[in-house]
Amino acid sequence: MKAFEYAAPRSEEEALELLAPEPGTSEVLAGGTDLLGLMKKMIVTPSRVVSLSRVASLKRIDADSQGMRIGAMVTLDDLLAHPATAKYPALEQALRGFGSLQMQSQGTLGGELCQRPRCWYFRGGHGLLAERGRAVAEGDNRFHAIFDNAGPAKFVSPSRVAPALVALGATLRVIGPEPGDETQMPLELLYRTPKDERQREHDLLPNQVVAQIVLPAADGRRSAAYEVHHGAGGQDDPIVSAAASLTMHGNIVADARIVLGQVAPTPWTSHEAIRAIVGAPVDQRTAEAAGEAAVSVAAPLSHNQFKVQLAKVAVKRALLKAAGLQTGGLA
Amino acid sequence: MVEYTWPDRKDSSVLGGSHDKVDGPAKCTGTAKYSYDITPPKTALARALGCPHAHCKIKSIDTAPAEKVAGVVHARALKKPGDEIEWQGELIAVVVGETEGAVAEGLAAIKADYEPLDVFVNEEDLDAAEAAGRARKGPGKVQLENEPGDDEDEDAFEEKEIARLFREAAAVVEGRYGIRAITHMCLEPHGSTCDWQDGKLTAHLSTQNVSGTPGQFGGPLGITADDVTVHCDYIGGGFGSKFAADSWGVLAATLSKDLNRPVKLMLDRDTELKIAGARPSGFADVKVGANSEGVITIWDSHHWSTGGMGGGSLSQDVMPYVIVPPNFRRRTTNVRTNTGPTRAWRAPNHPQGCALSQTAIDDVAAKLGMDSYELFRRNLVNVPEERRKLYEEEMKIAAKLMDWKAKWHPHGKGPKDGSVVSGLGMAIHTWRGGGHPSSCRVKIHPDGGVEAFLGSQDLGTGTRTVIATVLAETFGLPVDAVKVNIGSSKYPPSGPSGGSTTVGGVAESSRHAGLDALAQLNEKVAAKLGAKAQDLVAKDGRISDKNNADKGLSWKEACGLLGMNPLEVTSRGAPGRDSKLSSSGVGGVQMAEVAVDRETGVVRMKKFVAVQDMGLVVNRKTAESQILGAMIMGIAFSLFEERIMDAKSGAFLNAEIADYKLPRLGDVGELVVEIYEPEEERARGVIGLGEPPVIGPGAAISNAVANALGVRVPVLPMTPKQVLDTLKARGA
Repeated sequence: MKAFEYAAPRSEEEALELLAPEPGTSEVLAGGTDLLGLMKKMIVTPSRVVSLSRVASLKRIDADSQGMRIGAMVTLDDLLAHPATAKYPALEQALRGFGSLQMQSQGTLGGELCQRPRCWYFRGGHGLLAERGRAVAEGDNRFHAIFDNAGPAKFVSPSRVAPALVALGATLRVIGPEPGDETQMPLELLYRTPKDERQREHDLLPNQVVAQIVLPAADGRRSAAYEVHHGAGGQDDPIVSAAASLTMHGNIVADARIVLGQVAPTPWTSHEAIRAIVGAPVDQRTAEAAGEAAVSVAAPLSHNQFKVQLAKVAVKRALLKAAGLQTGGLA
Repeated sequence: MVEYTWPDRKDSSVLGGSHDKVDGPAKCTGTAKYSYDITPPKTALARALGCPHAHCKIKSIDTAPAEKVAGVVHARALKKPGDEIEWQGELIAVVVGETEGAVAEGLAAIKADYEPLDVFVNEEDLDAAEAAGRARKGPGKVQLENEPGDDEDEDAFEEKEIARLFREAAAVVEGRYGIRAITHMCLEPHGSTCDWQDGKLTAHLSTQNVSGTPGQFGGPLGITADDVTVHCDYIGGGFGSKFAADSWGVLAATLSKDLNRPVKLMLDRDTELKIAGARPSGFADVKVGANSEGVITIWDSHHWSTGGMGGGSLSQDVMPYVIVPPNFRRRTTNVRTNTGPTRAWRAPNHPQGCALSQTAIDDVAAKLGMDSYELFRRNLVNVPEERRKLYEEEMKIAAKLMDWKAKWHPHGKGPKDGSVVSGLGMAIHTWRGGGHPSSCRVKIHPDGGVEAFLGSQDLGTGTRTVIATVLAETFGLPVDAVKVNIGSSKYPPSGPSGGSTTVGGVAESSRHAGLDALAQLNEKVAAKLGAKAQDLVAKDGRISDKNNADKGLSWKEACGLLGMNPLEVTSRGAPGRDSKLSSSGVGGVQMAEVAVDRETGVVRMKKFVAVQDMGLVVNRKTAESQILGAMIMGIAFSLFEERIMDAKSGAFLNAEIADYKLPRLGDVGELVVEIYEPEEERARGVIGLGEPPVIGPGAAISNAVANALGVRVPVLPMTPKQVLDTLKARGA
């Protein structure tokens, strides 16, 4: 780890003031479950680390009839324990998926959404795009993207909570770059597929910070998250995950959001799956058809064909689960 | 004349009982200090720089910029221009500093330039290895019941005879099987803290070989082994990879001498995985023939494997494994890859041999539509005669614990619960496990205190507790009355802990020393009581006359007869053919039940049964724990862990804990351990247990998956990728 300055501001304004003016020279520290490892391996080498752990406004959860406002520094455990979370089954299931005391009690929601990709070429020091995508394309890409991978970015979005939150229509309150600056944006727009090494996997300006995650009222939407793991689950990253959020008219799907994780450089909204299920009831056949539709545009790399199958199954099972039906498969 | 035997089962007080580890609380509370925890005052921290390239020539290394970093004490190159590096992570420079941060910055400041050379890491693809000039023919063996005629060419006869045997076989199975390379993944990486003072070295070394390593330090430092103390109270995993001081151990010692202060050098995680030990892979083309009864009549295999650049690939001796028909041919090829060197990994060669051959044998059952249990049972004619009955008995017990008969269905023909299918599989294994040479010094204090000193080590499986149990039995005391001192090379020497040799070794030496000491004490007690020494028995805290129980002394009173000084006796164990205390050679049967989700390729352990013999059980609890640990380790290499290399660069891609998959408790299912210890086994004495139960899981679990799916997933680990890719390729 390279030596660095440490700052622990007590307010949002102070935090923004303390972030170094030069882009890339400071990092925001939330729970640290990802950043510390990256710094130890010198994949990121900030000269200043600004911890948000003392900023009280970022640690609050406000819930009312309008929905939930969740501070970026709320831990996964505290969010899981909050009674309002139960109104959003997709979120609750994604949080339960961690199955790790350490990650849940130390990890924060903002940090979970902003963690860096787990791509082993990136973590091996080859850059986020790993030689403009060549290292991944020609190398072992078993865990890499099956969608939106034609450009140099072939890593996958690692967040386990983002698919559920995007499916639930979450927006963000983003502060900075200057003290007093503040914007709202759909969570979906936080993420982007970088085109060159100067870009990161999110669309924030240097020194912009995710401050709150805002969920609209659940309003009778049915939702679910489904993860496919290597083993029984827990703190290992899922290989593929999917979240679905449905508005039903009778037994017909009137509106749907279907979002996959770990399949593209961003959380991947499957418009194909949405088109397939809207206007139909959810049953084994339609859920399976939606899964098929989701992967109809998949473009697997040399070693990750199996993820196409997993994406198909994850969409199917997320839909069945959201509709309250049996998903099948290993519990 | 002391007779070195064990008491009968009925006369044993603590021997064979179930005792908590004497050091359990220390380990659970953090009181136990592992080598990594030991940091004497003024210790400087050292870290070595691993080469980023898998194959290259060093053009230059400049460590001067590292020495300019604040907090760096010293930096030096370990390689010179022109040196060739043959695997990623090979150490090329070292930085010593006051803090971890300073050392990290120092490492980053080193300027090194390399000339890249050709890289080859894919041992699975034999054609590619041959094309790259990386394949070399290895040894092999042919054994045929018929012999060539006087005028026949031997090679031509072999081909003809093998072809005939396959023609006459009722069932022939042909396939490719594999098991990928794994690393040792010791939770505590390799390394030491070395403290040079006044021409003497103390090395706090994470080692499986306390008594054997001082000389490895002495030579390079220009001192003799008597001036070296190797110390290791607790080790965080070794599994066969920590027998040597290693170049980085000697480096830490040299740095301590040069800098005149303690130096700590532990490998970091990725370096640990890259260079500090791997288990060789194995891939095999197998053809096996059986008669209509399912008895294997002919075996023909060619396996290839890599030990990296330094040799040490999979031995020929384990093919076929345990079930060896009268006619077989085995051939081998060694593949040289730019991967870190292999080291002994728990039961070297056996897990791979078992996984490569007992899967093929199970495929014969599938082909014949036969119950796998029945096929294995009939093939006991193909195992060494002295263990046939043992395997048969252990199979019966395992089948009962698994409820095999009720659960069995023919391969691929079981009930389906949606996309989920279940299956059963089994495997049998063998290991030697004879005790190693060991000496034990026993000290009985006049106040009744008892201590033992052995230059042995505890790999975490309970060596201290075993020694305490043996001496407690010998002196008629409770287990916690014996203080066991191990982990220093200044104690009487014991062998390295490898190959399941420790428990046999230390049980021998501590029983010898205990009985020798007791004989001396009994002389004094006999004089006091007016009894015959040979009539005295030590039991329940007393030494008394076996003919008159009232005639006796408490242990403390007896020890009071020693006078001012403790009684001290050092004895060697005498393992071997004539020993009544220990023996070697075990069997073992394992049965696995799995569920497989055909849609996701996820394999879930439902139940896993291990029936294991080990001669006489010293401590049931640690023995059972050791089997449980082996089963979990076996689940790891069957379903989770593998070394993943980048074909182009030779980089070890998953060399960190987050990416190197291992099972968690939620992944291991129900584990059932049954120790097989009838009188005839107990009478053989102590036999080591470390290796055997880790051998069978690969074949047992693979066979269970094949039984569930009706398709063989031919390569371990059976990850979702491996399962789905197999199902897709087979159109299943």
